[in-house]
Amino acid sequence: MRKVEVRELGRLSYADAYARQTALSGERKQGLIPDQLLLVEHPHVLTLGRNGHKENVLLSAERLAELGIEFFESNRGGDITYHGPGQIVGYPIIDLREWKRDVVAYVRGIEEVVIATLRRFGIEGNRDPGATGVWTPQGKICAIGVHISRWVSTHGFALNWTTDLDYFRHIVPCGLARPVTSMEQLGVRVERAAVHQALVEEFARVFNYELAPVCA
Amino acid sequence: MSDVVMPQMGESIVEGTLTKWLKKVGDKVERDEPLFEISTDKVDTEIPSPVAGTLTEILVQEGAVVAINTVVARVGDGAAPQAPAPVVEAAPAPEAPVAPVAPPPPPAPAEVVAEPAPAPAAVVVEEDDASSPVSPLVRRMARENNVDLKLVRGTGAGNRITKQDVENFLSAKQAPAPAAAPVAAPPAVAAPAPAAAASGPLPRVEPAKVRVEPMSMMRQKIAEHMVHSKQTSAHVTTVHRVDMTKIAKVRAKVKEEFQQRYGYGLTFLPFIARAVAEALRTYPIFNSSIEGTNVLYHSEVNIGIAVALENGLIVPVIHQADEKNVVGLQRSIVDLAARARAKQLKPNEVQGGTFSITNFGSFGSLFATPVINQPQVAILGVGAVEKMPVVIDDAIAIRSMAHLALTFDHRLIDGALADQFCQKVKAALENWSDQIL
Repeated sequence: MRKVEVRELGRLSYADAYARQTALSGERKQGLIPDQLLLVEHPHVLTLGRNGHKENVLLSAERLAELGIEFFESNRGGDITYHGPGQIVGYPIIDLREWKRDVVAYVRGIEEVVIATLRRFGIEGNRDPGATGVWTPQGKICAIGVHISRWVSTHGFALNWTTDLDYFRHIVPCGLARPVTSMEQLGVRVERAAVHQALVEEFARVFNYELAPVCA
Repeated sequence: MSDVVMPQMGESIVEGTLTKWLKKVGDKVERDEPLFEISTDKVDTEIPSPVAGTLTEILVQEGAVVAINTVVARVGDGAAPQAPAPVVEAAPAPEAPVAPVAPPPPPAPAEVVAEPAPAPAAVVVEEDDASSPVSPLVRRMARENNVDLKLVRGTGAGNRITKQDVENFLSAKQAPAPAAAPVAAPPAVAAPAPAAAASGPLPRVEPAKVRVEPMSMMRQKIAEHMVHSKQTSAHVTTVHRVDMTKIAKVRAKVKEEFQQRYGYGLTFLPFIARAVAEALRTYPIFNSSIEGTNVLYHSEVNIGIAVALENGLIVPVIHQADEKNVVGLQRSIVDLAARARAKQLKPNEVQGGTFSITNFGSFGSLFATPVINQPQVAILGVGAVEKMPVVIDDAIAIRSMAHLALTFDHRLIDGALADQFCQKVKAALENWSDQIL
């Protein structure tokens, strides 16, 4: 069985989380550590993917600063997205040479993890063939954007748990003018820890892991 | 000189978008150093250089969609591009398909080290005529069968060599001399086709009959949008003839004063937009969109106005058009059209439209059947306003007439309702009070 280390890092700024990911992915490439799954929560931040369009940010830099929202241009795939409190952000750092060697299959795998997690809480999540992510009839519940370097992944997914969805009004999420939703908005009130646990278990199932002890 | 190919990134993936070059032509690259990035399905992947050297050529620009195994760049061996290209003597024994490797003088390791790049050493890949690119499939066939593509006559578009051409070439080659060793390959790099290879089909000489030109990003987006709309909505177009004489008189009366006061002319379009905004308030279903099995009624009436650009088309939006009078609408139209042509529209000015108007009459068209601007459910096409004889009360009169063509989504709207909508627009235009602007 392959091994994964799960790190629950709590509240962490986007920049710090990115630095952490970079360091871990370097170690992963050298084979110094097993695959990783980081779970974090970010303060308010807008991040723009490599293929993103700045015009999908609907506020000026000054206005963003006033609202206390940071802005980052990131090297993941995808367009603009928002992260903030109440969102569960997962960064798997895994070597895809040991799992299918297929970057699109990887994204479908992440979707599967989230869909299976939501199902445990009675939420029916779906894929949209044209739009990566996890969708419900009420809107997008999970955004996905990934970067691969030498088959090692960084970045990942952002699941809206109790996210304040008002913040999405400042952007056109992923360049798609479609609504967003959260677990809370769909009437599911659960502890963050319960969602973490479900995510980790489904992640292990989909990517075929034996869970290593949780580290911080 | 090594070719850098678009790597295979998984079984399900046949192509990706090259999003960014991380190096420029002339830059030095280390083996395994990231060279460019590709994007598939929200995954961005860094592709490392297979060899160390200098990036000598970029063959695929950022933004292009590239099939796997396509050569996207060439990396040379450090030194400046050297003139005398080494001649690769191919002397393959038929049973030993392993390519005869004779790499350039400095022993740059030609093997591919980059994990994501499965393509074998680039040495056997022929140099193509740049004007007639060859598909990865054909390239592979040629490589596997030791075919020099310069000897194959292309019959595809622009004299491109197709799979069939290679097959024909192979069968032609086998027929006369089945046991013969393959013809010695010509120099691998840029040389005229050898005249010696007389037994094969003649090399192509005639100029291409087709010019190949990639579509612009905007063109691709329009294409995608149009086909998407046709596949989504059940398009039906209904045409009503409208007497624009009263509007024409209003225009004639105020035209000069208007031009002087506002600095631009007064056209028929703001009158039509005004009438449409009214009709949209009366029949809100024309101001809706479909999502799944729900109808979303938009509380704002945001009318998009199609603007023809030099190489495309864009539909800027007049937000809350129902709150504007004719003067305000004309001002918005002039402003949006000018800034659309100057490429100075802000993002929100092309978003949020709930209905569209396209004015093909300004190009002389009588009527056309416009394509719905998704996710809207209807679009009004305005034909040319022309004086013509019409029968009124059994007498012939000369009136300024125009055809209004409403395309509606029959999934949601039936013909009777569409015609009521048109009649509402028609009535407003035909009974325009000459006091109101």
